[in-house]
Amino acid sequence: MGNKGDKISRRGVLGKVTQGFAVLGFGGFLWGGALRDFSRADLVLRPPGALPEADFQKACIKCGQCVVACPYDSLVVAAPGDGVPNGTPHFIARDIPCYMCTDYPCIEECPSEALTVDMVTSDGKASINNAKMGLAVIHKESCIAYWGIQCDACYRACPLIGEAITLELEQNEQTKKHANIKPVVNSDACTGCGICEHVCVVEKAAIRVLPREIATGEVGAHYLKSWDESDENRIRSIKEKKESNGDIHSTLDYLNNLDGLIDE
Amino acid sequence: MKGLRKYRFLILRRLVQFTIMLLFFGANYLGWSLLKGDYSSATVLGSVKLSDPFAVLQTLATGFLVGTDILVSALIILFFYTLLSGRMFCSWVCPVNPVSDFVRWLRSKLTIKKKLVKLPGWVRYWVLGLSLILSLIFGVAAFEAISPIGFLHRAIIFGAGVGWPVVAVILFFDLGIVKNGWCGHLCPLGAFYSLIGNFGLLKVKHDVDKCTNCNKCFQVCPEKQVLSIVGVKSGLIISGECTNCARCIEVCDDSALKFSVRNMKKIKIFS
Ligand code: SF4
Ligand code: SF4
Ligand code: SF4
Ligand code: SF4
Repeated sequence: MGNKGDKISRRGVLGKVTQGFAVLGFGGFLWGGALRDFSRADLVLRPPGALPEADFQKACIKCGQCVVACPYDSLVVAAPGDGVPNGTPHFIARDIPCYMCTDYPCIEECPSEALTVDMVTSDGKASINNAKMGLAVIHKESCIAYWGIQCDACYRACPLIGEAITLELEQNEQTKKHANIKPVVNSDACTGCGICEHVCVVEKAAIRVLPREIATGEVGAHYLKSWDESDENRIRSIKEKKESNGDIHSTLDYLNNLDGLIDE
Repeated sequence: MKGLRKYRFLILRRLVQFTIMLLFFGANYLGWSLLKGDYSSATVLGSVKLSDPFAVLQTLATGFLVGTDILVSALIILFFYTLLSGRMFCSWVCPVNPVSDFVRWLRSKLTIKKKLVKLPGWVRYWVLGLSLILSLIFGVAAFEAISPIGFLHRAIIFGAGVGWPVVAVILFFDLGIVKNGWCGHLCPLGAFYSLIGNFGLLKVKHDVDKCTNCNKCFQVCPEKQVLSIVGVKSGLIISGECTNCARCIEVCDDSALKFSVRNMKKIKIFS
């Protein structure tokens, strides 16, 4: 930048480099903080076939081609301030859910493999029914079917009727004569398309799709189902642990040895 | 007609910029299929895929193993802009260019000369390096996450948010703080294409015998440092920081500047 009279001294160069790194560090700090904020995506529903969120965020190049391809305009490009990493595709189930196109144009158009057919392939067969965009969760207290009022809107709208949502009968406690017909979600089958949430008749949907990460629990390895073959095998595979130290005398000697404690 | 000649490349550039934006817009809102997607990645006529090589490089930096499709699509663009000397993207395609050109024009009209802050031109290469390092650390393409170019084109193409805050920030920054601040000092995409441009083939050529030292080219050039040979010796404007905007060519009344193709054998890549 043509600084006149700038002597090229070692100290000068050192100062410049230090200054450079300081600027770099400061900029990196601010930029990194922004990245951490911008990449938060706790409650976002991704298009079908999306990689797990962390990988999805790495892979998606933000081209919006899935959004253009979606015939129902379900997918939208996230804008700054939406609480979704900007430029990435997502859908808001209550507005427009994913209608589960059998030819999934969104996945087909994706150039980056952020959406891949692999993610909707199970047992060698690709099908939109294998999508796992989220999981529908019912809030019983606001679902009028649980009150005893006739409603099965979500059940009827579900593309996997009878699989993802089933109806359960229960005696109505008020009348003792009628049956309550309650919708129940089966998480193995539910794709998280959000059609149920979209059609739910109450003011704020009683059935809502949440990211699987948030809607599902995890038992941990220390619980076993005795009726489950694979769990039983897990027990059998655990080798009998032998007493590692059979020498009882050395243990007792160690406990009885007071040398280290009373040394005055 | 003489007047228009002075803007022939400028008009052509605005036309190219506008057409590309229009095609993207039409693909989203009207179902056109000539150019689908956005400036990060697009599909031409439903078959050929093209991607921003710098965005793909950041994806690689996150540790994500990209697929061959997108790698090829990025290499096509990389090759294309190597031929056209890199920053031809900046002045002929990028949607931020009209904004920064407008600010430069405004500066000259308001005769703002003073710089509030002096930023050396190499800062952009540090930003480029930083964007790759941060991509690695945070596992997201770091520049893509905050890119004003992205904010702007997605606002226009997809209606994702509003674009004017971006325009306003660049306007105030370039107008009030650093002259040509964004495109000429900070933008890592510009830096990326500058590096590529060093190996480019399409270059502006200067003929010192015709030059009358009128300095008109210096007045319009957004990257004046690249014009160092003007009035000194004949040759190519070799620097990758030249955006090939061709403003110098059209304002030169003495035909001392014109486009020229560089002799491939003379590019010293490995020496
Ligand atoms: S499957 Fe169809 S409706 Fe669902 S997001 Fe993809 S394109 Fe849209
Ligand atoms: S098509 Fe793929 S890369 Fe493009 S925005 Fe959609 S998910 Fe991201
Ligand atoms: S989200 Fe609702 S409609 Fe879609 S599969 Fe699951 S239960 Fe059925
Ligand atoms: S549509 Fe809503 S209110 Fe009706 S049964 Fe389903 S969840 Fe309950």
